[in-house]
Amino acid sequence: MEQIPILMVGDCLLVSIQVDMHDQLALALQDSLMTKIVDSNARGVMIDISALQFVDSFIGRLLNNIASMARVLDAATVVVGMQPAVAITLVELGLTLSGVRTALNVDKGLALIRRIIDGEERELDRREK
Amino acid sequence: MAKRHETIIPTLIEKHQKPLIDEWMAAQASFGTSGTSGDVETCTRFLTELRRGTAAGEIENLQAPVWNGMRELLGEQSRARALKGFSPSETAGFVFSFKRPLFALLQREVGASAAQLAAELQIATQLIDGLGLYTTELFQKSREEVISRQQQEMLELSTPVVQLWEGIVAVPLIGTLDSNRTQIVMESLLQQIVASGSQIAIIDITGVPTVDTLVAQHLLKTVSAARLMGADCIISGIRPQIAQTIVHLGVELSVTSKATMAGAFELALRRTGKSVVDRKPSQASA
Amino acid sequence: MIVEKNETMPVRSAEDVVRVRREVRERAVAIGFGLVDQTKIVTAASEIARNTLDYGGGGELRLELLRSGARRGLRLTFTDRGPGIPDIERAMADGYTTGGGLGLGLSGAKRLSNEFDVRSAAGEGTVVMLARWK
Repeated sequence: MEQIPILMVGDCLLVSIQVDMHDQLALALQDSLMTKIVDSNARGVMIDISALQFVDSFIGRLLNNIASMARVLDAATVVVGMQPAVAITLVELGLTLSGVRTALNVDKGLALIRRIIDGEERELDRREK
Repeated sequence: MAKRHETIIPTLIEKHQKPLIDEWMAAQASFGTSGTSGDVETCTRFLTELRRGTAAGEIENLQAPVWNGMRELLGEQSRARALKGFSPSETAGFVFSFKRPLFALLQREVGASAAQLAAELQIATQLIDGLGLYTTELFQKSREEVISRQQQEMLELSTPVVQLWEGIVAVPLIGTLDSNRTQIVMESLLQQIVASGSQIAIIDITGVPTVDTLVAQHLLKTVSAARLMGADCIISGIRPQIAQTIVHLGVELSVTSKATMAGAFELALRRTGKSVVDRKPSQASA
Repeated sequence: MIVEKNETMPVRSAEDVVRVRREVRERAVAIGFGLVDQTKIVTAASEIARNTLDYGGGGELRLELLRSGARRGLRLTFTDRGPGIPDIERAMADGYTTGGGLGLGLSGAKRLSNEFDVRSAAGEGTVVMLARWK
């Protein structure tokens, strides 16, 4: 069965979602990530969705779940590369993805994870007025 | 199968083509379409196609394949004139003015038989009217396409996204914001954010006269979308009246806002970890 | 209004849902929808297809290309013969879910569409229609 590759960059896991996933693949990804976090003692998980042309509530749930589970395992999750069309659609759809931090690209994502791990930033989003 | 009509029009065109064209050109001039009248070549093509269609006896259905050439000719004429800014009358006048020479010719050739003249005139009228109307519709369509394209260009020109500094972009909104415009601004801004990797976007509304609930909602959607992508927005140019309106409307503007673009820029610099310092006096003259 | 083209496809498996997204995207591109409009209708289709599969026990999708004057549109009709939705209004309220999801399927899809309609009753299956115009 096809798998989505998970890379390790420093103490972060990097996953790039390139295909239109069906349920099985998505759940397999979730499982692999959790296993890898434990096995590699990763402190951060970066999910690159720059190739995703849509995000529906299923994928929204997936991302939230991954972030929650990773948090329990003491790893911070950041989603990067969301496309403008996807962002606009998500806003219209009403999906807030409030359980996940986001960054514009891999570089910024790694920097953000670094700040979270070093305690300079809280992982869960708080909006400043 | 469509009804086939017999008519002497094709024969007449063949026999009297030159005089028909001459009279037609004269009719166009007096129709008020001088300067826009079809030239001899166009008239000739028209007559050729008219002959083709009438010879086939196809009077009722101008969409039939036998009229393809005619429709193509009229299409070219309409589009060319729409682009040059002519009026619908001037464009269709080319077709309608042909009635005069055609009717005159029919009168001369079959005037002796009232019944036959009536029948031919009926066919001639139906055809010319149909072709004239077709020309007008095409003209309208072309004009609408031109207008729509111009509107699009204007919209794009009036919403430029500028890069103020590394990691900071700004979009000064000017004029009234309707749904369509806001969408374009939104997409433009978000694309620029990704392209430039800018974490902060300043949306300046100094040039927006009124902010009602709808506009506020659109702004908020833009801010939410930017956040989802990993960037933050600052709204600047909030005038006292607007602040009042927003509070009065009960709209929750849960985004940082500043009164001036300068204030927003300063905040953005701070957030991206930069500051502006004075140079030492000895270097000031360098 | 004319229906220019009409095709049906099954929504009975996870692969079908993937295929639905692909087909809807292709039709949307063919009509000339911009990227944002494409994304909206594909996402809406994904939500309803998923509902059809997860709650409706599987069904089918009818894809229609519409034309009204100079405007072109895409209409999707999802049908299933499952248990149906007893209280449509409640199902359309944001956040309501019987399945542990984010509860946005119906209401979300509605927001993403120009036209939207749900017909259902307990024990009578469900028909969801959504359309987007250019």
